[in-house]
Amino acid sequence: MRHGTALRIGPASFRIASDWRAPIALLDRLYADYPRPEAGFADFTVRLEAKRPWRRWLRPSIHLGGDYMLPDALPLSLAHGLLAAEMGMNLQMALGWRRQLLLHASAVEKDGRALVMTGESGSGKSTLAAMLGERGWRLLGDEFTLLDLDRPGVRGFPRMVSLKNEAIAAMAGEVAGERFGPLLRDTPKGAIRHLVPRRDAIARMDEGALPAVLLYPRFGHAAAVRPLQKSENFMRLTQASTNYVALGERGYAALTRFVDTVPAFGVDYASGAEGLATVERLWAEHGR
Amino acid sequence: MTPPTDRPSDTPVSYRAAAPGATIVTPLDSLYALYDRRSGLTQLVAQPVPAILSALAEGVATPGELQARLERDFAVEGEAGALAARLDELVALGLIERL
Repeated sequence: MRHGTALRIGPASFRIASDWRAPIALLDRLYADYPRPEAGFADFTVRLEAKRPWRRWLRPSIHLGGDYMLPDALPLSLAHGLLAAEMGMNLQMALGWRRQLLLHASAVEKDGRALVMTGESGSGKSTLAAMLGERGWRLLGDEFTLLDLDRPGVRGFPRMVSLKNEAIAAMAGEVAGERFGPLLRDTPKGAIRHLVPRRDAIARMDEGALPAVLLYPRFGHAAAVRPLQKSENFMRLTQASTNYVALGERGYAALTRFVDTVPAFGVDYASGAEGLATVERLWAEHGR
Repeated sequence: MTPPTDRPSDTPVSYRAAAPGATIVTPLDSLYALYDRRSGLTQLVAQPVPAILSALAEGVATPGELQARLERDFAVEGEAGALAARLDELVALGLIERL
């Protein structure tokens, strides 16, 4: 591999190697404020490889490689190199991370306490976190929240926010252009544009928080709030974690403690403004 | 485990709990999380399962003896058929042993 870079996001460090210069140059620009791995050591390696040697020149298509891989990861076009790198880093975390319980959830922090939001793709958890991150909250992460195993804290994984489809225009209206990556059209998830978190979210990425409220947002439904029973919450979080089974008893202990101490609510909302208002109201009632 | 066919017909079936500490039971609400340290599997279970496991932890018991312990300690009442069905499920999950 002739091109490469290395960066750290929260507790995880990555080395990214590429057959092409362009994706690395883009990563270096967008991740300019992120720290480098200590002593050059990286937890994971992601490789953006030419599928065949000649494809580096002719209709280049990227084959994603790394320490942990899904066998059927699709090759992406070179124009989607940034997405390939992001997918590669996410895959390493989802399949290989063992130091904390990994929840497929976004999170934001205020006064040392965290609001965690989990749900399916399209639930709006990423967009809500991005919007809150511009409104006085510190973004901990839009995709993964890391639950400490031996104490009741969460850690952030504030990689770039992956904005999809309608969320792109919504955020473009309130964030300066230089914090955006290029618009990636026609990806497997539609249009995607990456947003660099605010500088303080990056500078404070190693500061954890105490989880205070857990939400299951659902975008596109009439407004409703429903408290979740602990048992339903526990079951859904085991499914929202990629490493719960691998962590064994430590994962069980961390998750039962989280479910026992953090109130959880299902939140349906029809618009971003409505979702934000509901989140702030629930935080005022339960977040302190 | 002794196959049931080897047991004399006048000896009733009895059940044995897993070794102490083999499982962790955590009450959530009306349901309980149950972690099996031997398999690494997590189950969500409802009463009377935690009561059965706790009653059986006293020692090997026949269904009749177990029923008596449940009524004494947990105010759990029920017909023998329902208890037998729960015991079969717990055997299938590997949480108790049929002797």
